[in-house]
Amino acid sequence: MAKVHVSTSVNGEPTEFLCEPHDTLLDVLRNELNMTGTKEGCGSGDCGACSVTVNDRLVCSCLVLGAEAEGKEIGTVEGIGNNDSLHVIQEKFLEHAALQCGICTPGLIVSTKALLEENPSPTEEEARYYLAGNLCRCTGYDKIIRAVMDAAESMRGAA
Amino acid sequence: MSEAKDYKYVGTRRVRPDGYDKVTGRANYGADLTLPGMIWGRILRSPHAHAKIKGINTSKAEAHPGVSAVVTFQDFPEKSQGSPLAQNILANEKALYHGHAIAAVAAKTVQIAEEALGLIEVDYEVLTPVMDLDTAMADGATLINENLKTVGLPEPATEASNIAARQELKIGDIDAGFAEADVILEREYSTPTVHQGYIEPHACTVRYDENGQSMVWCCTQGHFDVRASTANLLGMELGKLKVVASEIGGGFGGKTTIYLEPVALMLSKKSGNPVKIVMDRDEVFKASGPGAATKSWIKIGAKKDGTFTAMQAKMAFEAGAFPGSPVGPGTMTVFAPYDVANAKVEGFDVLVNKPKVAAYRAPGAPQAEFASEMLINELAEKLGMDMIDIRLKNAAREGTQALYGPKFREIGFIECLEQCKASEHYQNAVAEGNGRGVGAGFWFNIGGVSSAVIHMNPDGTATLLEGSPDIGGSRASMQSMAAEELGIAPERIKPIVADTEMVAHNDTTGGSRTTFATGMAVIEAAQDVVRQFKERAASTWNVTPEQVEWADGVARNTAGDGEMTCQEICASAGRTGGQITGRGNINARGAGPSFSVHIADVAVDKDTGKVDVVRYTASQDAGRAIHPSYVEGQIQGGSVQGIGWALNEEYIYSDDGLLENPGFLDYRIPLASDLPMIDPIVVEVPNPFHPYGVRGVGEANIIPPLATVATAVGNAIGRPMPDLPCSPPRVLKAIQEG
Amino acid sequence: MALVIFSSELQKFTGEERVEVSASTYRQLVDGILKRYPDMPPEEITEKAVSIDGMIIQDPLLDPVDENSEVHFLDRISGG
Repeated sequence: MAKVHVSTSVNGEPTEFLCEPHDTLLDVLRNELNMTGTKEGCGSGDCGACSVTVNDRLVCSCLVLGAEAEGKEIGTVEGIGNNDSLHVIQEKFLEHAALQCGICTPGLIVSTKALLEENPSPTEEEARYYLAGNLCRCTGYDKIIRAVMDAAESMRGAA
Repeated sequence: MSEAKDYKYVGTRRVRPDGYDKVTGRANYGADLTLPGMIWGRILRSPHAHAKIKGINTSKAEAHPGVSAVVTFQDFPEKSQGSPLAQNILANEKALYHGHAIAAVAAKTVQIAEEALGLIEVDYEVLTPVMDLDTAMADGATLINENLKTVGLPEPATEASNIAARQELKIGDIDAGFAEADVILEREYSTPTVHQGYIEPHACTVRYDENGQSMVWCCTQGHFDVRASTANLLGMELGKLKVVASEIGGGFGGKTTIYLEPVALMLSKKSGNPVKIVMDRDEVFKASGPGAATKSWIKIGAKKDGTFTAMQAKMAFEAGAFPGSPVGPGTMTVFAPYDVANAKVEGFDVLVNKPKVAAYRAPGAPQAEFASEMLINELAEKLGMDMIDIRLKNAAREGTQALYGPKFREIGFIECLEQCKASEHYQNAVAEGNGRGVGAGFWFNIGGVSSAVIHMNPDGTATLLEGSPDIGGSRASMQSMAAEELGIAPERIKPIVADTEMVAHNDTTGGSRTTFATGMAVIEAAQDVVRQFKERAASTWNVTPEQVEWADGVARNTAGDGEMTCQEICASAGRTGGQITGRGNINARGAGPSFSVHIADVAVDKDTGKVDVVRYTASQDAGRAIHPSYVEGQIQGGSVQGIGWALNEEYIYSDDGLLENPGFLDYRIPLASDLPMIDPIVVEVPNPFHPYGVRGVGEANIIPPLATVATAVGNAIGRPMPDLPCSPPRVLKAIQEG
Repeated sequence: MALVIFSSELQKFTGEERVEVSASTYRQLVDGILKRYPDMPPEEITEKAVSIDGMIIQDPLLDPVDENSEVHFLDRISGG
């Protein structure tokens, strides 16, 4: 089958790629665009390690086809901050030691950003339910939730 | 050495050195490396739980366009073919579990490789699967390995059996002990097959080089062991195989063995290309891990005042398809928290048609101590005693002879119990209708071989090379300890998990050994640097090194005037004798046991059987918390893994022995929405054999939750819950039967 | 003399729970034990970890043993 030509935007950068019709957005990000910040934990939408945004909507990139990115705006962890200028969510994750192995961290950073854009003042319970699609096996979630709540407060203060 | 001391960096909470790369997505894990010319490997897996392999025809797969290589068990060098490790990595004459690897293909794309897998013809003769302990241990059971005879029997075995080994530990006289008892309780318990559940699947990228240096990049808890095992299986010299440990996305014991690396190297050798293999989640569940399922029978005798007079256990552990369950540590830990004069434990290592079990966080201890802790809670109830008081009455302390051998040195079990008892959680009664449980855990912790090197750079910064993969934040603790010794700011020290070419051998990250043992190697390397700092300063001042004092990163001349900073010494090092490198190559002795005590309150929905943990407190003796945040993180994470084990997690097999829930949707690990905050209590009773008192905190915390939560559920519904998990159907059934 | 205390498993070979051995290192201690119990397969102790006065050593050889040390052998632990 012929490859599909896709024009899209990734983290605000106009981007073009060729993919197989069956390639997932996750495959394309990791293997075509060499953006390995987005992780694969299950390939079935259960773990959230591959969380990205498509037109500001939080999705598992393993459940979206690369071809579906046509004309959309894709947001990944690489677009959120870098070592010189971290996003406040990233700073709070570091400050609260909200990561151990770190494999779920990119997905959680992306999901937390989506949460706080949708709901700047989540209760602890709302945060726990919003992030229920992002599995973490190391931390028991305690420090993650504290980081998220602290980031929310800090972002409200800055707004 | 171990008295309370004020440290400048040890015991402080700082941002971990590897944190920036992890929050920005820059950190590179097992699946993140791509090499020029790289092709993709995929593995064909058995659709049967137990089957004879009568033939494998790979010719169509080999001829498929885009395929570069196909390998089977026959590609292992002949002298490796007797190795159980080789036979687990690729099946030999029999497929021994659903998902057992049969053959592997390397092709231009994953899709082509998968097409080729479909072209491999395997002629199976399906055999009866042996899926549980009772079936496996029954007389006349179908044999998984016709040549296996039980070791450890009083008389040598004559017949083949699925029981690979029997072990026994004994102290005192249990008959006399039970005769002294006012109350005797006994009960059977069971725990299911569980998985470590790391979020990152196993993955590797390799390049075979016939004449030069072959390379393996992989996610592992021990790249030196990957090198040793892989080189051994493939007949390679250690020096010709470089193994690089990528960042590791969780391991919990499951990444202490190898599955993919030799297969990828054989594919690379055949094809001439670098090869990447990444497991699917489905493959991770079917063919890696898991943690052993168990059945235990426990009997305890006690006086009216709660004093234990005798303890007895009989435990069977599933090994999976090859011998080697953690029944050994199971028998050693089952009563280890208690001071009892009379005890006897018998353990069995039993083959079943499931994946070969791998280590899982305090291997063997959660299953064993689940059973004993459950019965202790029942005994407390029977005697009208508080669950913590009965443990205080019998707790092991310094000088107690452990059933498994040695006498304990300083340990913190009583401190854990007392601090839990004094906690606000325990001081408040459990809410009406809810249930409360308490449980304890003991784990040995281990030492072993570690190596570290510190290179001082000309600007006074340090590059710290150590060889222990960092699964929970150990680079942060290495940085703190090196900073403390060198007297320079932690931020000026860059800790690196070095590959097998950059430091000498390190034992695998496991047994909660890294901060303890590799920490000691780092301390020794730093002290070696300080010794050289003093020599350089001394030679500059024409005094002896003994006349130089080193503190806060500055050398001072005690025989006259003069100060030299670390930066000044490093800047001039080239002219005072060459650059400065410190080494610490050790066999760490004196690992300190860790104890952990937990409290859980649960609410049970009586209509559905669903359990909510509403409050959870977890104490553990860390010896010394080098980085308190990551010690708390270990305690919280271990607690939640144990909560998952208690409430939800289990392998579900069909009657044909096929795994029915190989995914995170159906093998349900705890989610953020399932849990309350986990309140950690960090107890610090220093280990006398570590310069800072470190014990190791990675494992003991997963032990108590099983009995703590199951007891709480039992108390909430008024029925005991001796079989894990306390999943909604099982809890509902217990409610309805009650 | 160092005091060696054998586990129930090792007592099958030694026939006794306690023995005093003159040694200043682990290696000398093991040599002394093996000489005393010639029927005991060496790996029954050399493949084990040792506790010398409560200090557990996974893979001992030249480690010092004191005049009054108490010694136990135990299975090696790996961990997860």
